[in-house]
Amino acid sequence: MHIIENGNVAAALGVKLCRAGVIAAYPITPQTPLTEKLSEYVESGDMKAEYIPVESEHSALAVCIAASSAGARVFTATSANGLLYMHEQVQWASGARLPIVMCVVNRAVGAPWNVWNDQQDSISQRDTGWIQIYCSDHQQIIDTVIKAYWLAEKVSIPVMVCYDGYILSHTYMPFDVPDQNTVDAFLPPFQPPYALDPDEPANLNTVTLPDVRLDVRGELAHGYMEIRYLLQEDLRLALSDAAEAEKRFAQYFGRGGDPYIEPYRCEDADFIAVGLGSLTYQLRTCVDQLRQEGICVGVMGVRYYRPFPDTIIAGALKGKKGVIVFEKALSYGYEGALASDLKSALYEHLAGTGSLPPVQNFIAGIGGREIRTEDLTRMLRAATQGRVSQEPFWIGLKL
Amino acid sequence: MGTRKYRRKTSHSEHGPGDGGRTGSWRVERPVLDPSLCIPCKRNKEACFICWLFCPEVVVSRTIPPTFDLEYCKGCGICAEECPTKAITMVDESKFSDREKHQE
Repeated sequence: MHIIENGNVAAALGVKLCRAGVIAAYPITPQTPLTEKLSEYVESGDMKAEYIPVESEHSALAVCIAASSAGARVFTATSANGLLYMHEQVQWASGARLPIVMCVVNRAVGAPWNVWNDQQDSISQRDTGWIQIYCSDHQQIIDTVIKAYWLAEKVSIPVMVCYDGYILSHTYMPFDVPDQNTVDAFLPPFQPPYALDPDEPANLNTVTLPDVRLDVRGELAHGYMEIRYLLQEDLRLALSDAAEAEKRFAQYFGRGGDPYIEPYRCEDADFIAVGLGSLTYQLRTCVDQLRQEGICVGVMGVRYYRPFPDTIIAGALKGKKGVIVFEKALSYGYEGALASDLKSALYEHLAGTGSLPPVQNFIAGIGGREIRTEDLTRMLRAATQGRVSQEPFWIGLKL
Repeated sequence: MGTRKYRRKTSHSEHGPGDGGRTGSWRVERPVLDPSLCIPCKRNKEACFICWLFCPEVVVSRTIPPTFDLEYCKGCGICAEECPTKAITMVDESKFSDREKHQE
């Protein structure tokens, strides 16, 4: 059924369709309407779930960790400082291999206090062992939530579904809401590999020694290092599971594409702009404009940021005359994190081949600074004509 | 030999001795019982057993005399602290020979 709604409602509908059994969240702008909508569904009986109002984001994820350990399909959502506040539990959820799905409605982090959009919040959680997927429109939000549960439960790794605050969360767009029966067929009930059971008591994630040990049954059990290695190994393998999720989704719902990247006019392009989220759709307008001027550019949205699809990205950028990375976040003290990861992938796969493209990095929209399409077009044009700056260049800075 | 085939990918332990590792190696002081002060020893009947009751690691036996499983005793000293007749003292591990330590 096609409806016109905002991005937060798209996410809430996805969670409802996935029949999450426990929801725990603390409201924070711009995520608030998402959790309000879910509490309405639960209160009205539209959704058979336990909605647990908590006093903080740290508790929200702690509740989800406990409920997921007990075998429930769980959901939480947050933004900005709320995400930072739950950081300790974010790491815990992935180490415990719990298939939690969390929406991160991207917003700038303090200080200074700011409620507008950038992506510093989720980018700062890059190294926590979660899968991170970025959405560019409302259809992707609802579809990604559904795919995220399937993937999380397949690989026992939590997933962040990231979408831009306001630009997506509060704007209205038409999108298709899949029907319940098809979602039920796509996503069977959660069958946890282990669920807390009073008849079979166990300690989960207590002090785990540096070295391996014989467990109570006399089997050689992992030490901390083995457990952490397996998380890394499974995250890398999750790239193929992501492809399976995409293929399976297309079979059931008739839409989908490349799971990892979203290219636009890239095939014959000399230069490719790269970014995460809604910014890449804005860049399509710039690409169309520059194409009219005879500048052969394309834009590639990166959907999976972790695990990083390095082989796919390097393959898509091989032999290009230049790669221009636009980011709404920064690894302070160096450059945009996506630019660094992308350079690393290019070096790994293309060094010495003669087809290693130069990379430029632009920072835009920090703290909700308006990103004017004409500014993006101007910078993209300049980047195709030569190096704009050795350092990441901040678009629209008024210093 | 590795843990590749272990049935879980998480830290998961069950109730029972040793599933948290050989915690006796953490010990700095060990409990030593003086039977001449210990209530069950003196009366030769089941009584008191406050050491057994309070031990957080369940390494004190409910026997006459109470014994300590030094494989898992972390040496916290709660038994010595709680003993009403001061029959348990905590003795520095360095006072025991290497041979005695290995007999734990």
